[in-house]
Amino acid sequence: MVLIRDLAIQGAQMLLVLLLAPLFTGFVRKAKAQLLRRQGPPLIQPYLDLVRLSRKDVVLAESASWLFRVVPYLVFSATWVAASLVPTFRTGLLFSWSADLIAIIALLGSARFFLALAGLDVGTSFGGIGSSREVMIASLAEPAMIMIVFTLALVAGSTQLSTIAGFLSSSGAGLRVSLALALIALVMVAIAENGRIPIDNPATHLELTMVHEAMVLEYSGRHLALIELAASLKLMLYVSLIACLFAPWGIEASGAASPALAIGIAAYAGKLAVAGFLLALFETSIAKMRVFRVPEFLGAALMLGLLATLLLFVSRSL
Amino acid sequence: MSRIDFDVAHVLAGFLVLISFLELYQDRLYALLNVYAAHALVLAASVAWQAFLQDAPHLYVTAMIALVFKAIVIPVALHRIIVRLGIHRQIEKVVGVGTTMLAGMGLVALSMVVMLRVTQQAGPLAQEDLAFALSVVLLGLLMMVTRRNAVGQVVGFMSLENGLVLAATGARGMPLVVEISVAFSILIAFIVIGIFLFRIRERFDTVDVQVIDTFRGER
Amino acid sequence: MTLTVILICAVFLLVLGPFAVAMRTTGAASRLIYGASLAAAAASFAASVAHLLAAASPETIALPLGIPWLGAHFRLDVLSAFFLVVIDLGAISASLFAFGYGMHETAPGRVLPFYPAFLAAMTCVVLADDAFTFLLSWEFMSLVSWALVMAHHRLPENVRAGYIYLVMASFGTLCLLLGFGLLAGADGHYTFAQMRAAHPSAAIGAMAMLLALFGAGSKAGIVPLHVWLPLAHPAAPSQVSGLMSGVMTKVAVYGFVRIVFDLAGAPAWWWSIVVLVLAGVTTVMGVLYALMQHDLKRLLAYHTVENIGIVFIGFGLALAFKAYGMPFAAALAFTAALLHVFNHSLFKSLLFFGSGAVLAATGERDMEHLGGLIHRMPQTAFAFLIGCVAISALPPLNGFVSEWLTFQAILLSPQLPSWGLKLLVPAVGALLALSAALAAACFVKAYGVTFLGRARTRAAEAAAETDAFSLAAMMLLAALCLLAGILPGLFIDALAPVSSAFIGARMPVQSGLQWVSIIPIAASRSSYDGLLVFFFMVISGGLAAFAIHRFASDRLRRAPAWDCGYPDPSPATQYSAMSFAQPIRRVFGSVVFQARETGGIPVPGDTRPAWLKVELRDPFWDYLYAPLATAIARVADRLNRLQFLTIRQFLTLVFGALVILLLVLAVWS
Repeated sequence: MVLIRDLAIQGAQMLLVLLLAPLFTGFVRKAKAQLLRRQGPPLIQPYLDLVRLSRKDVVLAESASWLFRVVPYLVFSATWVAASLVPTFRTGLLFSWSADLIAIIALLGSARFFLALAGLDVGTSFGGIGSSREVMIASLAEPAMIMIVFTLALVAGSTQLSTIAGFLSSSGAGLRVSLALALIALVMVAIAENGRIPIDNPATHLELTMVHEAMVLEYSGRHLALIELAASLKLMLYVSLIACLFAPWGIEASGAASPALAIGIAAYAGKLAVAGFLLALFETSIAKMRVFRVPEFLGAALMLGLLATLLLFVSRSL
Repeated sequence: MSRIDFDVAHVLAGFLVLISFLELYQDRLYALLNVYAAHALVLAASVAWQAFLQDAPHLYVTAMIALVFKAIVIPVALHRIIVRLGIHRQIEKVVGVGTTMLAGMGLVALSMVVMLRVTQQAGPLAQEDLAFALSVVLLGLLMMVTRRNAVGQVVGFMSLENGLVLAATGARGMPLVVEISVAFSILIAFIVIGIFLFRIRERFDTVDVQVIDTFRGER
Repeated sequence: MTLTVILICAVFLLVLGPFAVAMRTTGAASRLIYGASLAAAAASFAASVAHLLAAASPETIALPLGIPWLGAHFRLDVLSAFFLVVIDLGAISASLFAFGYGMHETAPGRVLPFYPAFLAAMTCVVLADDAFTFLLSWEFMSLVSWALVMAHHRLPENVRAGYIYLVMASFGTLCLLLGFGLLAGADGHYTFAQMRAAHPSAAIGAMAMLLALFGAGSKAGIVPLHVWLPLAHPAAPSQVSGLMSGVMTKVAVYGFVRIVFDLAGAPAWWWSIVVLVLAGVTTVMGVLYALMQHDLKRLLAYHTVENIGIVFIGFGLALAFKAYGMPFAAALAFTAALLHVFNHSLFKSLLFFGSGAVLAATGERDMEHLGGLIHRMPQTAFAFLIGCVAISALPPLNGFVSEWLTFQAILLSPQLPSWGLKLLVPAVGALLALSAALAAACFVKAYGVTFLGRARTRAAEAAAETDAFSLAAMMLLAALCLLAGILPGLFIDALAPVSSAFIGARMPVQSGLQWVSIIPIAASRSSYDGLLVFFFMVISGGLAAFAIHRFASDRLRRAPAWDCGYPDPSPATQYSAMSFAQPIRRVFGSVVFQARETGGIPVPGDTRPAWLKVELRDPFWDYLYAPLATAIARVADRLNRLQFLTIRQFLTLVFGALVILLLVLAVWS
């Protein structure tokens, strides 16, 4: 009985992230438009886009290989599995012990690896631009993320995301310098990994400003729909991660009663709304960086993560 | 003193170190002044919190001095000087940003190790505050060493003084007299530096110390 | 009994060498030699696996060969059994690969006699139980692999590679000789059993550790002694490159483990600092060098340097934990390092075999002349892809498991009391994370430029798929990579006897955990389930594919590439290896390698092409080896005058030496 309920909750979590991700992307776009004093597309526009794209034919370049056709499914499955393991309205999910935070980041790294390969597959210069810039950004964003994971793991005594979330929501954590530094670094890395302004412009198709868009330039039809969905899922994953670690109110441990479930879902929806608005506000108030300023930005995030880890190695109470 | 009090003090001191790193990262003069104003603001908050914790009302005066003079008056005055002197608004650095940041990290690690070993008998709150304060002092020195522009060096010097104030308040018991005299001496030094900068600019048409060095006559 | 079987296999392999010389001109010689090596390696593999899994007690044999009062001692314990498993797996796959690939060999007479001898030498190093046998086998291994490197000796770069290899190998053996001499002591106790019982003092142990690190480390590829590796490994034929990179470096690691963890006594805490500093630098420098290369084999060789760095990070942590009496943490770090040894031998051999297949099909090693090979050589491309994913430490394959375990060991380090280690370990952790991300970038470049895109030259357009035996070898290794990734618990349990013997503790038992997961320390702390992750990925991918094909559209048509509306038929417009690496070269290379790009565009009307030149300077050549070589040349010039003295001056020299020795004798006794 308990097993079935836990299985149902894990399944509900997986479906919830999948269904909410396009809505979140639509909400951010609408908020950005309103801040720029435009009407903006309707909130459900991303769903309409996905349905439209999946109904169209795939137009495949003549030089594309079987890898090009398989990559969208690989990227989507890796991102979906990673997103299902991040607690949204409840910690202690049934399969949360199968992949800890390092494994979740490595899954996202797999998705990025295959997407970069797909960018090189057709043999055009745009794909090459996207892939080479993406791996440069990843070569600094991933170590910064690992340093943040170290900080969290040293504070909570475990790399399991559920355990960390549980510890940080209890009173044992307190307000620590290293956690503050880790939060700033995590926000910087999240912006870089999701390709938001100031690192990359998700709405552009100009070569000067492309990273992610350049890699997926040759994709069309259902393949493009899967990749767009995976990108929305990744954004949702990072927002859920920041929410469950640094704003853990309303999350109950597994095994709590049904009212707690409703409160958890409501709290999660509220956190998503706040995060979406803040993201839109940040993106409209800052300009995109030149490509070679990005390593300095991410280098700063890596230094912050390293400083936070160093403080925890040196003293237990920092 | 509960756990949350320690934590807030540490967070404020940690933010001071973070803002020092942010100062090292800047390469535009106006942005540097804004960051320095933030530095003084966080210092004022930290001193005020210490005043609350230690129940020492004279520290509130220190916090007010930091807020009014260092966060408002001095940045505005420096801004005016820069406009009048027409100083080149890009700060040239001696080594690249990456190397400077790495050196900064090394200095923070060094000050952590030194302070946590040397001050074994002090309480944990004072120990870690002193470690952060020494980091801020060393980072201020690093800024003075790696900047070619005289105004950048002045800002480094003032960040260093902020670190000293943090150390003094953290160590419990900084009499108001000392603070007033320190503040006035800083003000005098600032006026003198300002006058010198004007004279140098009149004489040599530049305040880049590298160029001024060539006038020394030994090379 | 098991030891006798393995020794017989080794002797059989040694005998094959002269047999190959005798058979040189017959066509079937290649197949026969490789087939016989395969059989011998398989027998040896079966015996050593049996010994390791049974955690049997050590067996020894003393043969009356060699030095009269010493003889030759051989011993098979769990550490030797593990490294024999690694060697034999490499040998089996290399022999299977060479069964097909050897037909392309242009100078079989220079390769066939030495190949089985190479395998035999590596087996003897791992089985040696006294210093003389060890050093003899080690030198024999170096010499035979040198002969294999010089197989295509008409190319000048191969000659230079062989020369540098010989110099570095001699240096390594010198260090090991001094190390064994120190451990043997004044009484000359050369057998390992005597060295173990002698309990060396702290100073002797420290000197032996440093000499082992430099001696074995130079053969493994520790920076700054790595310079021979990227020259020699690519020069050898591909099956031998795979063996050298995947297996011979592991034999060097065995030498280090044997001396430092077994013979040198209890470790001091500062040993780990030296090892960790060198290992951290090795890891990052290796991958940065690899990113700057466009020769496929040289890229893979530099990458071996990076992975050896990861292995030594694990050993450094194990030494630190052992010195401070934290046996479980030490067991975790030690097992992580050994698991990475095993994993690396698998995927590095796979990658070298893939590059050998590409070389045989196109005649090119330079990535800038390849491209689009996924259409011409689909199975090789698939196997190579598995190797690239595995080496980039991506789940659900095996590279991720050993790196994950190393990270877990780093997370246990705040408990170490030393301040130096407290500051060093987070920095090493950051370097490890950085190198993992850069490795993924490197292999996106290697796979993308070689196999994807469009063909850049005629040779690449005309490539054909390799033969069945080479493919079988590559697929075998790829399957093992997947297996080690989704069932890592089996391999960790197999390594448990080794860590029990040398660290005194072992990781928790992994078999029988729910859903085949692995738990390095405690369930509350961290766990990973490769099988479940793989299962979930397959299910969700399959579900998505099914749903979309059923409910949306499954039509597809081919058309020219979109390319933003500016398609260009010339394959030169796609990204090349150097252009792909440009952002990273600019961020990291400008600091480490003083990378400079210069270019010129001629004025309109001038028909010369535009040009771009990239300059990289190797810091170790410039600041270490070049000054050293100049100094040696200068000293040699001065000393050369000794050759042209008169008879009276020669007599004075001899007389002076005699007087000094007599004085020494007088003072000493």
